[in-house]
Amino acid sequence: MEEIERSIEVEATLEQLDYVMGLLEETLEEAGCPMKNSMLIAVSVEELYVNVVSYAYTPNIGNCKIRVHAECEEEHGSVRIELRDKGIPFNPWLREDPDTTLSAEERQIGGLGIFMTKKNMDRYDYQYADGENIVTIEKDW
Amino acid sequence: MAIAGRLDTNAAVDFGKAIEETLVDGVTAFTLDMADCAYVASSGLRVILNAQKKMNSLQGTMVLKNVVSDVMEVFEMTGFSDILTFE
Repeated sequence: MEEIERSIEVEATLEQLDYVMGLLEETLEEAGCPMKNSMLIAVSVEELYVNVVSYAYTPNIGNCKIRVHAECEEEHGSVRIELRDKGIPFNPWLREDPDTTLSAEERQIGGLGIFMTKKNMDRYDYQYADGENIVTIEKDW
Repeated sequence: MAIAGRLDTNAAVDFGKAIEETLVDGVTAFTLDMADCAYVASSGLRVILNAQKKMNSLQGTMVLKNVVSDVMEVFEMTGFSDILTFE
């Protein structure tokens, strides 16, 4: 079994989004993650990262640590992505799911990304420890 | 209009502006070609939803063309496929 681990710490801003997503996609590619899974994982990580950017430190700016850990063996593998911030305690998974059956006019604009993430990931978790929000997602293939 | 590349949070801002400038009074049909778009984040979905609402209010139609299968899956899991028109 092969293991790949990458860690970065960035200022949680939208300017860093490309860098964060680049690191993630590079790691997934190296681990042999299928394209389709790769896109769904990326959408999920973008959502969680943008959440940190938008809410964690408002109106200030703080850092976000991202750790990507992938394991692979032949065509199977899994990835675990962890995002840490020192912002206000916030559990993204408690957000209410949007109603996906309403008409266009009645649709709520929020909550879609977290909803997609819950649907697509095999495991998700949240902890608050030592002043840090720790959000993790895991996906197998 | 055609979008190419990643419809991520940053691109969604520009896309939203383009939509706002394009969908003005008198527009009755809007086609969005997504053949070269393989990635749509939730922020991109929001802009697409707003475009659909705008076209509804203009009593016009909106059609998404050449949507790739991975992106279509995102539309399906969010229920967007029920409120959008594809060709």
